[in-house]
Amino acid sequence: MDTISIRAPSMPSGSTKTRRRARMRLPAAIALLPTALIVLVVYIGCMLWTVRLSFTSSTLLPKLDWVGFAQYSRLFANDRFLTSASNIVIFGTLFISGCLIIGFLLAVFIDQNVRGEGLFRTVFLYPYSMSFVVTGVAWQWFLNPGLGLQKLVRDMGFESFTFDWLVNQRMAIYTIVIAGLWHGAGLTMAIMLAGLRGVDKDLWKAARVDGIPTWRVYTSVVLPLLRPMVVTAVVLLTTGVVKLYDLVVAMTLGGPGIATEVPAKFVMDHLFERNNIALGTAAATIMLITVIAVLAPWVYVRYVRPQGRHA
Amino acid sequence: MSMKTRVSAYTLSVALIWSSGALAQQKAEVLHWWTSAGESASVKVFADQFNKAGGTWVDNAIAGGANARTAGINRMVGGNPPTMMQFNTGKQFDELVSNDLVRDVDAQAKAGKWREIMPKPIVDATVRDGKFYAVPVNIHGQNWMFYNTKIFADAGLQPPKTFPELVEAGEKLKAKGIIPIALGGQPNWEHNLFRAVVVGHGGADMFRQLYGTRKPDVLKSPKFKETVELFGKMRGLVDPGSPGRNWNDATALVITDKAAMHFNGDWAKGEFIAAGQTAGKEYGCTVVGQEPKLVIGGDVFVFPATKDKATLATQDKLVEVLLDPASQLEFNKKKGSIPVRMDVDVSSMDVCAQKSHAILKDPANQVESMEILSPPNFSGAMQDAVTQYWNNPNMTADTFIEKITSAMRDAG
Repeated sequence: MDTISIRAPSMPSGSTKTRRRARMRLPAAIALLPTALIVLVVYIGCMLWTVRLSFTSSTLLPKLDWVGFAQYSRLFANDRFLTSASNIVIFGTLFISGCLIIGFLLAVFIDQNVRGEGLFRTVFLYPYSMSFVVTGVAWQWFLNPGLGLQKLVRDMGFESFTFDWLVNQRMAIYTIVIAGLWHGAGLTMAIMLAGLRGVDKDLWKAARVDGIPTWRVYTSVVLPLLRPMVVTAVVLLTTGVVKLYDLVVAMTLGGPGIATEVPAKFVMDHLFERNNIALGTAAATIMLITVIAVLAPWVYVRYVRPQGRHA
Repeated sequence: MSMKTRVSAYTLSVALIWSSGALAQQKAEVLHWWTSAGESASVKVFADQFNKAGGTWVDNAIAGGANARTAGINRMVGGNPPTMMQFNTGKQFDELVSNDLVRDVDAQAKAGKWREIMPKPIVDATVRDGKFYAVPVNIHGQNWMFYNTKIFADAGLQPPKTFPELVEAGEKLKAKGIIPIALGGQPNWEHNLFRAVVVGHGGADMFRQLYGTRKPDVLKSPKFKETVELFGKMRGLVDPGSPGRNWNDATALVITDKAAMHFNGDWAKGEFIAAGQTAGKEYGCTVVGQEPKLVIGGDVFVFPATKDKATLATQDKLVEVLLDPASQLEFNKKKGSIPVRMDVDVSSMDVCAQKSHAILKDPANQVESMEILSPPNFSGAMQDAVTQYWNNPNMTADTFIEKITSAMRDAG
């Protein structure tokens, strides 16, 4: 997992050697140019445009006036945005940690050379092939008290059985977590399993010779070796958390009340349904800042500091 | 490789067809969001009429109102607009008018006497600065109460005429194990129910003050608090499975004799018709309230501005087709709405449509819908407040009123 940094051809330098190297890098630079342009114009450009719009009073169409932080003070007085923010924290924490734990346990289970491994692998990974919309609708039916699990158990004779999280304001967000876990745990398992298969057989032999219990090997030896896999999984899952939208729309539409609203839905609703571009972009900007704030320390530790030490 | 060539050849030919579209005779690309079975059948009435008149109707249906509007607005701003595009009657196209992106059709309106044959709220909602900028095609009543006649007959109850009566009847039905109110528990339907209560119990003026002028004074009146409390009592009259339910599933509860009452716009009739039921027989429709005020909205078509002569002529022909009495009648029969021209004979329509037409004959009963009165920004904020109140049985009327106050302040 070494990092490759592409340095721009060093500017003015007399030696022919550097010049030749610069000439060799030219095709590479040309090949990268379209990507670089897209990144600059589309991603960075749109980000800046979004941030700029959040300081305006735009409604249906963008308008380039300046209202300072007015949209932000409205945003932070908005019940729905605050609920959205706390929901995404709840969902993010439970979803990522849940996926990691369940994914790891499933991977360990399959790694025991169980019979029909291929079948289990497919079954566990299968939910990931569904879109979030399908997942959401399926779980909505399954958890609906009048149609799904609760009715099933009651029909079996347990009259007092109640499982109404989906329509319960306080618990509804956890049903989103459950559906998310069902969807995402399989992928985490696949990543972890690839990692487990890469663990050196000799390590296991050595551990057996030393008489170390298996669970101990997993927690103290294998897990640290899986660190790159964990990082990959966390990054993938985190992008899923930030853009969480379709699952909520399909499952609860943000309800009951505003109990399962999430920031991405807040942004979408205000941009496209409520003709309130300014408030929507302000919320998008807050999301961006949050992501950067979470990523910055990690990028620093992983990419900036090691290079600094080398130089 | 060959795949790529084929794809690009295809793109090219499509591009050619598109660009030559203006030259070909009267081709109209119509962008709308009528995608359900009943809706597409109704829009086909216009398409057939237009084709019969010598044009070519190119149907561009995009599912979901918000999606369709976003796509259409983006194309207008980008300079490649459709020939004609659907909006809801109201403020949705305000900024398109102020940015000169749509053309006015006031000459046609004057010639056709639209101001005389259409209800005033609809005219007001389409006219900007004294000119028609859109063609209204229908009138939807939004605050209808559909009820199951069998359930009421079996329970020995009369369909309620006012909201206090409704709450009383609802409690009795609930005691019998029937779902009193079938509600699609999504924020916009909860909000629709709230509006029915406001206009039915609070009256047309309160409705206009709340959604139109949006001054906090109306919130302080005791009558408003009473209305809000009445709405609060109705929280107990829906079944626990309501949150998140689609509106057509809620309608189905009434169709299948599981629920007694269902508030919805007259588009819900399509569900009853599809289930083979007849208005006035298996189900009835009524407007609850001291006086039957009907909240009306509907659909309009706008014509993106263009300098192209051929396109202008095509648009003129479209206007004719939309308001032709025969196509008005056929279209609205399929759509569940009533003709926007009050001079069309509706005796061939169903009882609900006739009732609707009869109520609207008196201008005092015409109430503009929220889409006409409020900017989407405010109605959105109201919706957030209503859904919180509705779904939280512990929230008091005062807290709710406070939330509305801040919605008015922020989104006014």
